[in-house]
Formats: sequence, C-alpha cells, structure tokens
Amino acid sequence: MAKRVLIVDDDPNILISLEFLLAKAGYEVHTAADGKAALEAVQRIRPDLLLLDVMLPVKNGFEVCQTLRGASESDAMKVVMLTAKGRSTEVAKGLALGADAYVTKPFGTRDLVETVRRLLGE
Amino acid sequence: MLQGWVIVAASFAYLCLLFAIAFYADRRADQGRSVIANPYIYSLSLAVYATAWTFYGSVGRAANDGIGFLPIYLGPTLMAVLWWLCLRKIIRISKVNRITSLADFVAARYGKSALLAGLVTVIAVLGILPYISLQLKAISNSFTILAQYPDIEMPDKSRSVAILQDTAFYVAGILAGFTIAFGTRELDVSERHEGMVAAIAFESLVKLLAFLAVGVFVTFAMFDGLGDLFAQARSDSGIAPLITPFEGVASYANWAWLTVLSMLAIMFLPRQFQVSVIENVDEKHLRTAVWLFPLYMLAINVFVIPIAFGGLLRFPQGGVDADTFVLTLPMAEQQTGLALLAFIGGLSAATGMVIVETIALSTMVCNDLVMPVLLRSRRLRLSERTDLSNLLLDIRRWAIVIIVMLGYFYFRLAGEAYALVSIGLISFAAVAQFGPVVLGGIYWKGATRAGALAGLSAGFLVWAYTLLLPAFARSDWLPAEFLSHGPFGLELLKPLELFGLSGLDQITHAMIWSMLFNIGLYIGVSLLTRQSPGEHSQATLFVDVFSRTRDPSTLWRGTASAPELQRLVGRFLGPERAGEAFAAFARERGLTSAAELEGDAELVQSAERLLAGAVGASSARVLIASVVEEEPLGIEEVMNILDETSQVIAYSHQLEEKSRELEAATNELRAANERLTELDRLKDDFISTVSHELRTPLTSIRALSEILHDNPDIDREERVRFLAIVIKESERLTRLINQVLDLAKIESGKGEWHTTELDLREVIDDALAATSRLFEEKRITVTTDLAADVPRLVVDRDRLMQVMVNLLSNAVKFSEPDKGRVQVSLQRRGSWAQVDVADNGIGISPEHQHAIFDKFRQVGDTLTDKPQGTGLGLAICRQIIDHFDGKLWVRSRPGAGSTFSFTLPLEGRASALDAPA
Repeated sequence: MAKRVLIVDDDPNILISLEFLLAKAGYEVHTAADGKAALEAVQRIRPDLLLLDVMLPVKNGFEVCQTLRGASESDAMKVVMLTAKGRSTEVAKGLALGADAYVTKPFGTRDLVETVRRLLGE
Repeated sequence: MLQGWVIVAASFAYLCLLFAIAFYADRRADQGRSVIANPYIYSLSLAVYATAWTFYGSVGRAANDGIGFLPIYLGPTLMAVLWWLCLRKIIRISKVNRITSLADFVAARYGKSALLAGLVTVIAVLGILPYISLQLKAISNSFTILAQYPDIEMPDKSRSVAILQDTAFYVAGILAGFTIAFGTRELDVSERHEGMVAAIAFESLVKLLAFLAVGVFVTFAMFDGLGDLFAQARSDSGIAPLITPFEGVASYANWAWLTVLSMLAIMFLPRQFQVSVIENVDEKHLRTAVWLFPLYMLAINVFVIPIAFGGLLRFPQGGVDADTFVLTLPMAEQQTGLALLAFIGGLSAATGMVIVETIALSTMVCNDLVMPVLLRSRRLRLSERTDLSNLLLDIRRWAIVIIVMLGYFYFRLAGEAYALVSIGLISFAAVAQFGPVVLGGIYWKGATRAGALAGLSAGFLVWAYTLLLPAFARSDWLPAEFLSHGPFGLELLKPLELFGLSGLDQITHAMIWSMLFNIGLYIGVSLLTRQSPGEHSQATLFVDVFSRTRDPSTLWRGTASAPELQRLVGRFLGPERAGEAFAAFARERGLTSAAELEGDAELVQSAERLLAGAVGASSARVLIASVVEEEPLGIEEVMNILDETSQVIAYSHQLEEKSRELEAATNELRAANERLTELDRLKDDFISTVSHELRTPLTSIRALSEILHDNPDIDREERVRFLAIVIKESERLTRLINQVLDLAKIESGKGEWHTTELDLREVIDDALAATSRLFEEKRITVTTDLAADVPRLVVDRDRLMQVMVNLLSNAVKFSEPDKGRVQVSLQRRGSWAQVDVADNGIGISPEHQHAIFDKFRQVGDTLTDKPQGTGLGLAICRQIIDHFDGKLWVRSRPGAGSTFSFTLPLEGRASALDAPA
C-alpha cells in the first residue's frame, strides 16, 4: 500500500511542485495550506510523513510540530520541516521539537525525494 | 595693762580683715580676674604648713633639743626639691581627673573605690584631731598669758575648767564659725576656694613678719646681735649642750625618721594637699614654689635658736614654758605692741591651719563618707529631691562644727599630757600612712585596691595602737598597766615597745612599725591580688598621666537623655550652674543650645566629671550609673570597638557609593541592551523576512525547473502551466529584489535623486496612463480632479511616478471589479500641494492603517486573498515622500473605501506648522 504524505505550505506554487514530485515518486499525496488545516488533515488522513513549512498562517510549523509530537498517536509519523529561514537556530529548534529532518528552500528536488524515501524506509 | 577685751577686739579685727581679703578675692575670681593666679601667692599659701606649732613649738623644742627642732623643716625643704617630679604628677593627675580631695585621689586611683575613700577620710579626721587641738591649745594659752600682762603666769594645767568657762571652747566655736564663712558659702565644682587661698597667703606673711619682728627684737634689742647671744648661751651651762646636734645612733635615727615624717607630712596633710594640689591654678607655679617655699622655711626658722636661747637666758629657772617664749619675751621687756603682734602672729598661724584643714576635712567627710552612704540609703530617697546643693553645704557645715568640736574634746581629754611638738608629730604619723598608697599609686601600676586597703588599714591600726592609745592612757582614760605591761599582760604587744623594739622615742618607734606593716601589706597584697578592668584603667591613667594628652578614662557604652543628665547635675550643683555648664558643652560641640545636646557617651562622661567635682568620683559614678544603663568598658575594648566601627563606617560608605554607581550603570546597560535587542530583532526580522520573501519564489522556480528538466515526458498542459509559474515567479523575484535594493538605498541615504521642476498634473497623467491596463482589467472607473493653480514643484520625477503608480495599483487591488471607482485629486493647500487617491474598495481596519506603511506588512492574510505585491510598496512611498518633507497617510473605514493622501511643499522646505494635518 502506498505511503501517505501530507504537504503543508502556504505558497500554492510550491504545493504544485511538491505534489508533482511526490506523486511521481509513488506516494499518496495530500495538501494543506495553513497550520490549522494541517492538524485537521493529520487527524483525518493519518499520513506516514508530514512535509511541513514553518512560515504558515494561523499556526506556524513549529506549533504544529509541537502539538503533534505531544500526541502519542502521531509518534510513528515522520516530520520533515521546510523553511526559507536557514539559520541554524531554526534548524536546531525544529529538530528539538521532534522533526526528523529539515529542508531549506530552495531545495533540490532530487534531494527532497531522497530524504522522503529514506525516512519512509525504502 | 592689756585688758582682755583689747585682745579680743584685736583678734576680731584681724579675723575680719582676713575675711575681707577672702571675700574680695572671691569676687575678683567670679569676675574672672583671679587674684591668686600668681606663683608667689601659691608659694605663700603653701606656708600654711607653719602653724602655731611652728610659731610657738619650734622655740619650745629648740629650748629642749637644740637644733633637734630642724628635721621638721628640713623635710619639707628636701621635699620641695622633689616637688617638680612627684607633686607635679599629682597635680596633673588631679586636674585631669577632677580630683577634689585626698580621699578622692586615693579612691580614684584604686578603681573609684568608695570604701577606700571612706577609710582615708576616717584616718585623716582622726589623725588631724590632735593637730587641731594643738592649735586650740596654743590660741587659748597665748590668750590667757597675754591677758595677764604685764605679769607672766603660765596657765594652770591642773585646773579643770568647766567647758563654758573654757577659753578654748569659745575659740573653737569662733574658729568653726569663721571656717564656715570661709569655705561653705557656695559649692564649687572644682572645690577651689580662691578667697581662702588669698587669706592664708596673707596670713603667711603676717606670721612671718610677727616672728621676724620678735626675732629681731630678741637678737638685737635684748642682746647685741647673734654673736653676743651665742657667746652668752655657750657660757651658760644649761644651754651649752644644746648646741651640739648629734648624740649617738638614736639621735641619727631620730633625725632621719623625723625628716622622712615631715617630708610625707608636707605632701599628705589634708591642708597641704588642698593648697598644693586642689587649689593649684597652674602647674608652672610649682617652679617658683620649689625655691620660694624653702626660702620661707629658712626665714621663719632663722630666729628660732636665738629666741630659744634668749628665753632660756632670760627665764633661767624654767618657770616659763619654752613654748611661750615668742610671746613672753616681748611681754617681759614691756613691749606691749610687740607682744600683741606676737599674739596676732600666733593666732594667724593657728587659724590658718584650722580653717584650711577643716575645710579640706569637711569636703572629704561630705563627699567620701556621708554622701555615698546617703545615696545608697533608700529611705532618704535622695533621688527624688531636685536640688541637693543646699544639703551638701549643710553637711559640710555640720562636718566643720563637729570636727572642730572633736578637736576641742581631744584637747580636753588628752592634749595636756604632751608638749605641742609631740601632739603635732602624732598627726604627722597618721597622715604619713597615706604615703605608700599615694606614692605607690602614681608610680606602680600593679598596686591594687586590696593592697591599698590592707596597707592603709594596717598602718592606721598600728598608728592608733602605738600613738593614740598611749595618749589616752597617759591622760588616765586607759589603765596605766596597758602601757607598762601590754594588753592583757602580753609584754610583746606593749604599745611603746612593740615586739620588743625598745630604746627609740615614741614617734620613731611608731613610724617604724606602722610603715613596716603598711608598706609590707600594701606590696604583698597587691602582688597577690588582681585588678579589675576599671582599676587597671585608672592605674594606667594615673601612672601614665604625662604620656597621655587627652583623658579618655573609662568610657560609657550606654547613653542617657541629655535633659536627664542636666537635671541630675542640677540637683547637686544647682540648676543655674548646671544650665551654664551644659550650655558650655553645647557651645563646645558647635550647637546653639543645650536642648540640642545628645545624651551620647561623651556627654555622660562630661556630666560625670561635673558631678565628681561636687560629690566625689565614687558617688558621681553611682549617680550616673543610675541614669545610664550600661556598664563601662575597659579602654582597650573601647578602642577596638571604635576602630572597628570607624573602619566599618568608612567601608560601608564606600560600598554605598559603589553600589549606587553600579546600579546607575546597570540601568543604562539594561536600557541600551533592550534598544539593541529591539534593533537587532528588527534587523533580523527584516533580513529574515527579506530572505524568506526572496527564497519563496526561488523555491518554486528551482523546483519546477528541475521537474521540467527531469521529466521530459510530462504532458504539454502541465509543462505550459509549470513554465508560466516559473516566469511569473521570476518576475516577482526581480520586482522584489529591485524594491528591496531601492528601499535600502533610500533608507541609507544613498538613493539617487534627480530633481527637476515639474508640473504635478503631468506626473499624475503619466501614472494613470501607466496603470490604465490594471484599471481596464478590473473594469474600474477612474476620475480626476486636478486643480489648475498648483505651481510647479521641484521633485524627482521617477520617484514621484513610483509613488503614484503604487497608490493607483493599491487602489485597483483593493477595489471590487466592475463596481470600483477611483478618484484622483490634486489641490493647493496653503504652501502645500496635496494629492488624494480615493477608492471605494474594502477599506482598511484601523489597526492595519499604521501597519501597512511598515515593511512587508500586507493587508489581507487570509487564505484566499494573498495579495500580490511585495509588501514594500507603501514603505518605499513613505520614504520618498519623507525625503521631500511631505507626509503620506491614509483615511479609511472597513467597507467604505480608503483615501491615500500625500503632500509636498511648494517652495523650499515648508515648516511643520504649516502642514495640514
């Protein structure tokens, strides 16, 4: 069964590119455009991996991550954080909050798919 | 014929003269112009040493013992040489410690012991009684003799006269009265009696003159000078042996002891202590006394032998008492005036002694015997009385009366048994007991109170046993066997041959034993006992007095209220004097009145000293202690505390200052830090926001480009779509980069401005043309209202275009399609040109109206309505308008459209006041 991936970013163009990439890679792709929608989607879809932009309206990525990691059901879910802010403190913060990986924009498409594949154990 | 009343009248006249002198001197002293502050008067006052004993008794002794009378005057002469050493020290100590009497001195040295003070007083009073009785005897005898003039008849010793018929009784009474008048008119803090000193200096002169007159008369009138006198004496078998001075060892011992005895007497007779120490005005007067006093001694003794020999020659059968030669010789030669002068001289000598001695004794009795007892007795409740100065004076008056009367009674009981000289020597031996205690006290720090008590008591007891009791025994008040066989038959304890020491005359014997016991116990007990801290500090004070400049004494740790202290002092000195003294204290401390005085340790100590002047040191201590709670500290303790305290104070001041500075610095730092953090945050925000804004389009561009590259078989529709996004995002990116750079340039002042004179209407028209497509796309109508009277401005054309285009684009952005209406107007307002761009779009809520001019702030964070644009537009517009000293603002209500307006000054730079709000 195909692994489910949830992509969360407020820029629709990025959503388009990521959707194409991951669908091409064989995953079941879902999208959300803000933090609140992301949490709802996680509940509904129970993805195996979450691709999470930090700069999100309503709730930012860090908050989402924190909330998810608090709930035990999402323990198994992998989280990859996406951000244009490349400062090391941001990276550390993300990882401290329980993200499994951190990707900075602009990213290389091949690297991104590679990271997803690795985290989902293939 | 000299009638009794003439003698009495002359006596009274003389006494009144003395009193007048005293009164005058006291008045001058009160005015501050002291009569006695004079080394000659001081030295003369010391001659009170020469009493009726000197006047009459020396001749008597010389007639019996030749120059054996001399030691009594050799002693003081020798002592005078040593005065500059030990008397000066005693004077200095007494001044520094405000000593008021001999008893006070001893007590103060040994830890302010009231017991010691009392003991000294008792010894002094008992010891001096014989001496006083001697004076009374001299006066009454000389009166009786003179009253017989021109007959010479010795007074009948066997007759026992009833008291009320006894001349001596009346003499005693009169003397007591005069003494009270001299010494107890008022209470002086320092126990000084300037009037008394002046009076006795005068009487020293009188007695000297009288004696010299008689001497001159005898030598040159009765005989033909000294040569003739001595030649006649030598040829007389009865007198010749007297010319040779020494006979055997006993004689040497005698001389030695008598000299020592009189050396001690000149220091420690209460009257001598009074005039030489207490009444001393200036230490330096001693320098004169050191030579003037021996000179006086010489002068008053130079005619003793001539008179003695003259008397022996004149009255060969011994029918006339040698003691009376000074008087009887002039009488025998019918020299009435001289005889009267001699009588007055003797009277003068005697009254001088009685007055000074009794005043000194009464002071001691009052301060050191009676007051301590009264103060401790609760029944009298003295602490509740407000003014005790009268009580003090009364006590002293009664003391004077009682002492004189006791002297009289001694005279009646025991005085007739001895010649004058022997009586005097008994008193000398008594006061000699003070020698070890005082001299040891000022040179030996180790002498303790216990040692002093032991030595003094032992010496006194031996004295009483060997001298006083035998006198009573000789007058039949004690059984005679007491003398011959010792008490209860114990031969070893025979009063005159104690422990078998025989062959000495009574005085020498008594002196040897009393000094042995006194000094032995003094040293022995002192070595065996330890001093209390108070004693130790007093000892140091006394022995080291010359090396100390200030008088710290023992300091009080406690405090008392200043008014309380003043009241306490006032009770003993009288309220006015206390007030004066405290006002002086206040002045010393630089305050304006005593009310401002603080009851600190210094004031307590000053008050204690004041009180000590009135009631003695030990009573003063008790009184002060009742007002202050704390115990006194030892000097070292106090010094340590003071040192520490002052260090701590200094340190803590430093610390306070430092910490205040530190606080100020910290506050500054904190503020600066906050500012920096804020700026930093803003900068970070800006940078991160810019970086974010730049990366976002870049991300899509890169991602989609890669996708297109890696997937050649992507279908055409998607391919076109992706490419379109890439193109759009590239444009967006370019716009953003341009704007960021633009803003950065303007903000940093590095913007390029090309200003020209232009017509605003043209710029507006051009801007409208540039944005016409936007309007057409959304089918929004645009209207203009451009006033004609706006003059040309000097601005940067391109920048102005940028502003107009931005405002117009925004207007389009936030207007509804079809329904949107935009109005552009231009007007002249005073010295400004104003442009408005009004739309009827969605409007801007009040909280956003400020924010939209901030960098990157965009209205509309909603999901569906992410606005185009960078968010920098309005920020740049504001910068541009600011640059030209204009203002850019917005008026808007949500749902009712917005109006963006800006102003530009018409000529040069307009003042802010002119700008329309």
